[in-house]
Amino acid sequence: MKPKFDIIRLSKWFLLLSSAITVAGIVVFAIFGFNLGTDFKAGSRVQISFSQPVNQEKVEQMFQSIGVPMRDTTITVAGTRQNVAVVRFPEVLTSAQQNKLDGAEKAYFGKDLPDSVQTVDPFVATQTAHKAVYAVLIAAAFIVIYIAIRFEFRFAIAGIIALLHDVFIVLAAFALLRREVDLTFIAAVLTIVGYSINDTIVIFDRIRENLKIVKPKDVETLKQLVNRSLWQTMSRSINTVVTVLIAAVILYFFGGVSIRNFTFALIIGLVSGAYSSIFIASPLWVLMRGRSLKRGKRKETAKTELV
Amino acid sequence: MKWGRFLAFLLMAAVIVGGTAGSVTNLWKSIPLGLDLQGGFDLLYKIEPLPGQPITESGKQALVQAVENRINNLGTESPMIDLEGQNELRVQLAGTFNQAHAKQVIGTTAQLQIYSSAKVDKKTGAVTGPAGKLLATGSDLKSNAHWVQDPNTGQNEVAISFKNPTQWENITKQYYMKPIYIFLNGQLLTDPVIQQKMYSGDSVISGASLNTVQACTQLANSINAGALPYNLSLVSQQSVGPSLGQESLKATLWAGLAAMVLIFIFMIVMYRMAGLIADLALVAYGYVTIAVFDGMHIVLTLSGLAALVLGVGMAVDANIITYERIKDEMRNGRSLKSAVKIGNKNALRTILDSNATTFIAGAVMYVFGEGDIRGFATALMISIIVSLLTAVLLSRVLLFTFTNSNAIRRPWWYGVGKGVLKNDETKV
Repeated sequence: MKPKFDIIRLSKWFLLLSSAITVAGIVVFAIFGFNLGTDFKAGSRVQISFSQPVNQEKVEQMFQSIGVPMRDTTITVAGTRQNVAVVRFPEVLTSAQQNKLDGAEKAYFGKDLPDSVQTVDPFVATQTAHKAVYAVLIAAAFIVIYIAIRFEFRFAIAGIIALLHDVFIVLAAFALLRREVDLTFIAAVLTIVGYSINDTIVIFDRIRENLKIVKPKDVETLKQLVNRSLWQTMSRSINTVVTVLIAAVILYFFGGVSIRNFTFALIIGLVSGAYSSIFIASPLWVLMRGRSLKRGKRKETAKTELV
Repeated sequence: MKWGRFLAFLLMAAVIVGGTAGSVTNLWKSIPLGLDLQGGFDLLYKIEPLPGQPITESGKQALVQAVENRINNLGTESPMIDLEGQNELRVQLAGTFNQAHAKQVIGTTAQLQIYSSAKVDKKTGAVTGPAGKLLATGSDLKSNAHWVQDPNTGQNEVAISFKNPTQWENITKQYYMKPIYIFLNGQLLTDPVIQQKMYSGDSVISGASLNTVQACTQLANSINAGALPYNLSLVSQQSVGPSLGQESLKATLWAGLAAMVLIFIFMIVMYRMAGLIADLALVAYGYVTIAVFDGMHIVLTLSGLAALVLGVGMAVDANIITYERIKDEMRNGRSLKSAVKIGNKNALRTILDSNATTFIAGAVMYVFGEGDIRGFATALMISIIVSLLTAVLLSRVLLFTFTNSNAIRRPWWYGVGKGVLKNDETKV
């Protein structure tokens, strides 16, 4: 693609924009925290087996009749014949409510149905979340080592900052928009990590290749080289993110409603991943590389070689 | 035009499309869905060492095997059994079934004990509990008890073997022609009379209550289960509702299919004939990935599904990188054939580096993560390897065969636009 504008020259605005979103996210997060889904809250889970397919509306009415608010409550239908209703409450049902359940079943469905009421501990979910953070951080460390060996250390740093940026943007977006964070969110974050690093490396590879042809002697030529590399890979960057976005957007609108938070995180992360590879990772690398160039060539007054 | 090459290309295309269309639905249906997709039961156990038996790696493997045997007896589909941390065992059972029964079968440690005598209720003559000397326990037996049939009498029996043959030898010498009493969790299983002295440590148990194959298999299973190397104590249990109900899952799969079709169309619009080749490779990618999942008995979870979506993205990306490279080479004034060749060569290094980095991320998540994270990592690593074989290697073979058949000479068919062939901005 032909260069449309100088990305590196404008990069400080992009860095500023990303920082602003991140800071806003941190502030909101610090004040309100995440809107945690039922996965991360203690509550009750009621499983009722019917002899015929579940009538969700009736189940909802039944619980309201015994004084349980159905706000933030999810009813999932399972079983081979759609005959099992699993209702997850964000709070623990009182024993009085539980005792009323059998009577309510008779009133609404004609008979006492086999059910089980369990108190759910968020232990498993929080444990998984902690392990995910841990796994992502270690993965980041290994990615740094690999890129440092295959490319150079500065690429590794820039790539990892872009990766963490994408994760942060998604976290910030969820905190700002008060979107619910549930267990599927973890799968989305892992996917974004994979996409982000893959997307960044392709651009770095082109910069590396162009560096082999011309060795920039000053910051200006370095900026031009990176700008050129970015535009050379622009068609690919756009086409690739468009294909994955096609999948994510369609899944968001037409896939299961219960995974909307997951696909939403995916959409934000994919856009951020494509954006950060171009507008964050590469300018950061220019900053770092430029600084060492200046340090090395301070005494030399090499003439700018226009390319 | 070289018809041989062109026919070879058509044949490959036909095999990919035909093979996939023929068997993909059956293959897909045979992949078990994980706990988060269809709901089920999640149990977390702490592994506790028995006196004199510290926890070892091989012991833990034996434990997993023993637990798996128990669950298989339950008839539950595709259990997921994972060792977690230093001394935890997670069991996930998908689907709906009798949870209390399942918990009992997995959770209760079966204590197998062999006693020299037993308490007998004087009125009924029934055995009520163990007495006398404890001769051996389940931990003295190998976990390989199985049903056998006496070759002479045709009687059903259970074959057992002792870890230490001399122990059995001593018992059989001491209790020759006397009964011994085998208890499971304090309940009398069988009280066989020792018929001969044993030197090899191998033996068979038979008795009135063991007259059917089923009874023998059940006892063998109990003995094997009793030979669990460690105690298991339940840390947490919960029934997990599916994040996708049946209806939702169906909608998601249809949406996924629609997304694939749109991606196919997008690739054809952008890269025309080359895009079609990329689509063929993508079909092969999808098919092979599903086949690998099926072959490795991998349970599909939501995070696994997410990794597959990422895999599709990376597979498409590999083709886009290659085709953009080919365009670059044409801009630099190369002929179509040489641009295809050089473009592929240059793109390969980029693709390998980016895939390797993501693969490393997957491998690290596999090693350091557990449960869902591991499921994601496994699916991601499989996707990347399959993508390299299909979206890179197969796609390359298809593209070369097609290009060299000379069926098409206009660069337009490779998505190269009009203005592209001028030497413009890429010239250094």
